[in-house]
Amino acid sequence: MDLLRSIGITEIVFQLMLVNAILGLSIYLTLYTGMFSLANAGFMAIGAYVGVVLTQNYDLPLWAALIGGMLAAGVVAVPIGLPVLRLRDIYLAIATIGFGEVVRILILNFDTLASSISGESVQLTRGALGITGIPKITETWQLLLFLVVTVYILVRLHRSRFGRAMAAVRQDEQAAATMGINVVYVKNAVFIFSAILAASAGVLKAHLTRTISPGDYGFDQVVNILAFAVLGGTSTWLGPIVGGFVLTALPEILREFKQYRGIVNGVILLMVIVYLPGGLVNINGWKRLWRRIRGQPSVTGKIQDAETG
Amino acid sequence: MLELKKVSRLFGGLQALHQVDMHVLEGRIVGLIGPNGAGKTTLINNISGLDHPTSGTIHFEGREIHNLPPHRITGLGIARTYQNIRLFGEMTVLENLLISQHGRGQATVFDSLVFTPRFRAEERRLKDAALQLLERFQLAGMAHLLAGNLPYGDQRRLEMARALATGPKLLLLDEPTAGMNPIETEQLGEQILRLRDEQLTVLVIEHDMSLIHQVCDEIYVLNFGQIIAHGTPDVIKHNPQVIEAYLGREEDAELAGG
Repeated sequence: MDLLRSIGITEIVFQLMLVNAILGLSIYLTLYTGMFSLANAGFMAIGAYVGVVLTQNYDLPLWAALIGGMLAAGVVAVPIGLPVLRLRDIYLAIATIGFGEVVRILILNFDTLASSISGESVQLTRGALGITGIPKITETWQLLLFLVVTVYILVRLHRSRFGRAMAAVRQDEQAAATMGINVVYVKNAVFIFSAILAASAGVLKAHLTRTISPGDYGFDQVVNILAFAVLGGTSTWLGPIVGGFVLTALPEILREFKQYRGIVNGVILLMVIVYLPGGLVNINGWKRLWRRIRGQPSVTGKIQDAETG
Repeated sequence: MLELKKVSRLFGGLQALHQVDMHVLEGRIVGLIGPNGAGKTTLINNISGLDHPTSGTIHFEGREIHNLPPHRITGLGIARTYQNIRLFGEMTVLENLLISQHGRGQATVFDSLVFTPRFRAEERRLKDAALQLLERFQLAGMAHLLAGNLPYGDQRRLEMARALATGPKLLLLDEPTAGMNPIETEQLGEQILRLRDEQLTVLVIEHDMSLIHQVCDEIYVLNFGQIIAHGTPDVIKHNPQVIEAYLGREEDAELAGG
């Protein structure tokens, strides 16, 4: 532990690494099923606000807030997913970014809106300033346990009939449908699962950072979450976890570089994207990099295709 | 078994199918031939639910199916292959066959989470069925290879095995011999004939006339979206309309590089 602390990974950094790993997994689920959805920050916001209101205004314990936040996101995901998941690729991305913005702006104006409807003064989300003074009640063991349980569910999911259907939908939606897979059901179920996971991270993180405001859940946050998955790689569940860890820890480890920290951080990330296009957790990517370093000629196109697959 | 009544499909102003009537009897191997662009694949897409008719009805075993989504149609017992092979190339041969048995399993994610006996029994059953199919299509040693890395002929056979794994009563084959040499084509013909011995009904789109004559009990000829002839292979062979429309077109298409 002292070693970790000496390179800049304090307890709070480690906790945020775990939270970001969960966020990475939430976007991994949809990417794995072939859906380029960027709604995760929106669901994270729903989880965070519902969770904080439950612990602060209703004095509920963290686990109840966690369930409440996850439920709320799951319920919202149903009517959003049904129409939006008919879209694909960049169109789906734009629509889900739109959803995130709607959530953010609704939270921003919630008090004004609720006040004008009810006729009384409502102070729940507290507008742009957000909610402060949230007690730091999320503990490391809780985060670890949550991550381990999530990974177990993912591993078993991949080994199930439903998990195989997810991979089939990603590779060829039409062929999957004619193999008897209900594509609409698979996509929506995964979207809901992803939303619930993002919301759980929202609840847990809110009770770590002690403040939340609508600005925390904007487009920046979505890009961060996407970066966890892209940097780590989406061929296995380990990728987004490593991505979340590295992207959270790296800026801390690079503290020594002082004002050049941002530059070094950026260069490292760029090198990973350029030289390991399959992400950090991709054995074939490392092998290919190793061959390149040793100057061996590249293998035939067919084998390369199989490896990137 | 399968009955199409006045099925039409319009793509904007293009009449891809026009008032197609077709009746496939149980236990038969029915051929569907026609020049390129005649609407054969559109017809298969409409039967399998990937596309829906603009007008007309399709019944399968007395049930109306023309508005059902594809997975429901597969569930009722209609399977298909694709002209341009559409295997799940990033998955192993075995996984391809497990996926296509999706509708035959009941185990939920929860069963998988806690390893219920139902989950384990079902996984074993699906795997056994898949291995049997691999044996039958001479793919036995390849169960753990990536489907996308198989040689072309093996991919073709896997495509057919995958369709069979859904447990169909009616099998739609969209140009199953495309790109095969004469020996492979004949072997595939024998496989198709074996399907009939197992009480399967087959509708096969084909360009290869030798295969059509080898396996088909009757033939429909489609041209510009319309059925222009129907009968036994011998009758069709001597139908002047077919010779003019189909064979004439075929030459044109070949000259044009199609």
